[in-house]
Amino acid sequence: MLSIKNLHAKIEDNQILNGLNLEVKPGEVHAIMGPNGSGKSTLASVLAGREEFEVTDGTVEYLGKDLLELAPEERAREGVFLAFQYPVEIPGVSTINFMKTAVNQVREARGQQPLDAVSFLGLMKEKMKLVEIDQSLLNRSLNEGFSGGEKKRNEIFQMAMLEPKLAILDETDSGLDIDALRIVANGVNKLRDKNKAIIVVTHYQRLLEYIVPDFVHVLYKGKIVKSGTKELALELEAKGYDWIKDEVAVV
Amino acid sequence: MSKDNQVLEEITSKEYEHGWSSNIEMESAPKGLNEDIVRFISAKKNEPEWLLEWRLKAYRQWVNMKEPKWPNVTYPEINYQDVIYYAAPKQKVKPKSLEEVDPELLKTFEKLGISLTEQKRLTGIAVDAVLDSVSVATTFKEKLGELGIIFCSFSEAVLEHPELVKKYLGSVVPMNDNYFAALNSAVFSDGSFCYIPKGVRCPMELSTYFRINAANTGQFERTLIVADEGSYVSYLEGCTAPQRDENQLHAAVVEIYAMKDAQVKYSTVQNWYPGDKNGKGGIYNFVTKRALCAGDHSKVSWTQVETGSAITWKYPSCVLKGDYSSGEFYSVAVTNNYQQADTGTKMIHIGKHTKSRIVSKGISAGHSQNSYRGQVHILKRAEGARNFSQCDSLLMGDKCGAHTFPYIDVENNSAKVEHEATTSKIGEDQIFYCLQRGIDEESAVALIVNGYAKEVLNQLPMEFAVEAQKLLALTLEGSVG
Ligand SMILES: Nc1ncnc2c1ncn2[C@@H]1O[C@H](COP(=O)(O)OP(=O)(O)O)[C@@H](O)[C@H]1O
Ligand SMILES: [Mg+2]
Repeated sequence: MLSIKNLHAKIEDNQILNGLNLEVKPGEVHAIMGPNGSGKSTLASVLAGREEFEVTDGTVEYLGKDLLELAPEERAREGVFLAFQYPVEIPGVSTINFMKTAVNQVREARGQQPLDAVSFLGLMKEKMKLVEIDQSLLNRSLNEGFSGGEKKRNEIFQMAMLEPKLAILDETDSGLDIDALRIVANGVNKLRDKNKAIIVVTHYQRLLEYIVPDFVHVLYKGKIVKSGTKELALELEAKGYDWIKDEVAVV
Repeated sequence: MSKDNQVLEEITSKEYEHGWSSNIEMESAPKGLNEDIVRFISAKKNEPEWLLEWRLKAYRQWVNMKEPKWPNVTYPEINYQDVIYYAAPKQKVKPKSLEEVDPELLKTFEKLGISLTEQKRLTGIAVDAVLDSVSVATTFKEKLGELGIIFCSFSEAVLEHPELVKKYLGSVVPMNDNYFAALNSAVFSDGSFCYIPKGVRCPMELSTYFRINAANTGQFERTLIVADEGSYVSYLEGCTAPQRDENQLHAAVVEIYAMKDAQVKYSTVQNWYPGDKNGKGGIYNFVTKRALCAGDHSKVSWTQVETGSAITWKYPSCVLKGDYSSGEFYSVAVTNNYQQADTGTKMIHIGKHTKSRIVSKGISAGHSQNSYRGQVHILKRAEGARNFSQCDSLLMGDKCGAHTFPYIDVENNSAKVEHEATTSKIGEDQIFYCLQRGIDEESAVALIVNGYAKEVLNQLPMEFAVEAQKLLALTLEGSVG
């Protein structure tokens, strides 16, 4: 469903992605690991359509479409979801109000009627259970004054509400204690199905014990330098990234 | 040019929605201003001698006054002799009831979404509709009359309730208060009058809807609200004008007199024509609004949503004379394109234990300039007075300006005054976050801006809050930065 070929991207004068290739099929979970600054969040931003990043070469095909041609909101409406590494605060706008606007705009783009208040509330209650989030949190200004864990949980709640086809989770596990991690992972797992794909960006093997990936990739200096199965994550955890850096240096 | 600026340049602002004009036969005074014009206006309205004298006195003071230059706005010199000071729809006989009102007039207001036919109105609101210089209709008069509430046009009040008008006219805003107030006092044409008797809680919203129609005509209306002891009223004012290339002058005066234990809530949604995207045309809105909390424990609350006008100069204020009286000012002022706003409030604490609260939210986009100017004055007598002010500015793009001018004078040591101010920019990342959830850019801006202004919008009566939200979004359309 997602086919990234030779992707190059830069911001201002910094070349960050340098020929990245990745194939994701429906139903798969891919984990992307790599040292800080290797370009993981950049990849997520480019896929979501953040304009500051300029794609200088390569292609991205998503469900038969040229993803790079679509505006960010169109990508979202086509089912691309990004759980942000740093969720943004919007004062005065509750998560509920925010999601109502989002859900209805997505529905409108798909030619569906907007949800009335009752159906929306029903949907919300169902998804709230999934990520064990409290309604009082959703009544508050979006992410304002939320703890790190609450922000991440809120991202997964939004993901549940929007039912994406391709979800990209950017370090959703960082800053979570073990209980929160379990809850978030459970939420994600419940959303897994054979038509949906997930890309999990993480530093830690820990998350991958809960969300078991089909593939693990190592991103280094803007390129995927190694791919494997979940055992690769264990190896990385044990040995760190230096051996990969050495391997790359040799090549 | 960066992407932001590019988007900014594409000012695709939807055209001003109320820019049409109606074809109504008008009767107007010749251009210019002199004592004869003042006499002409007074005669047209069959005014008693005392009022003519009052107007002439104001006129004579105005002639010797100077237009204020301290506001943070710039505009070409206004030629006061080039303005028409009186225009009125020609109606053969004065309508006794709505059935007799010229259907063309009713249509004008229908088009604005204001139905004057009572059956069609929401039952919760009574309206006084003012077109150019004249009130054309007031709804629900009889029903309000049963409670002793007087709600009618100013001209009618002068004839029917002269004792009340005479007593309170100028009691809050003296005729020589400032240049524009003096001008208004000399030539004011119409407006609304409202009296709520002792202990009466007005059961519906009262509202005045002002519409400028005629070209080259100034609008000088006057509103006087008198809330007797223990009464309550919520008042709303709305306004629009046709889209015209020349600037038009609007210099209104609103006076609120609140007696002991009375409460008045005054809300404005100001949507005068702001000029086009290059800054051509638009209303000069120079307005004096003041409330006198004369009695102990009285309370006045101003809420304004300012989206229109080329230039806004306006400081709804409260003189807190009664002990334990309180004043509130909630404001959202949005400027886009080349609009300029210098607006804020004055809270004058005279009585003991008086309280005031100021929440001002400025939003500037395009090339506009948005200034908050507020004065908090605690006089010697005002033992235990308290004020809290919150002034926030939100910038969209990098060509606009936001300015804050707080003046704080405290003459009593027991007073507590708090002032907070913030300036922020609509963040690229806030917008991107919305886009990523499938929300388009215009809606994203609307969402963020409405969130920012929420504390003020929450003060508006329900149905107007919704209207105001839409208006904010509309004003800012195409100005993402
Ligand atoms: N807005 C930006 N401006 C300049 N450089 C940036 C910007 N965002 C990221 N970078 C740089 O791009 C590189 C990759 O960053 P990022 O994609 O966030 O890495 P990761 O998520 O893998 O830690 C880093 O060197 C970072 O400093
Ligand atoms: Mg990152």
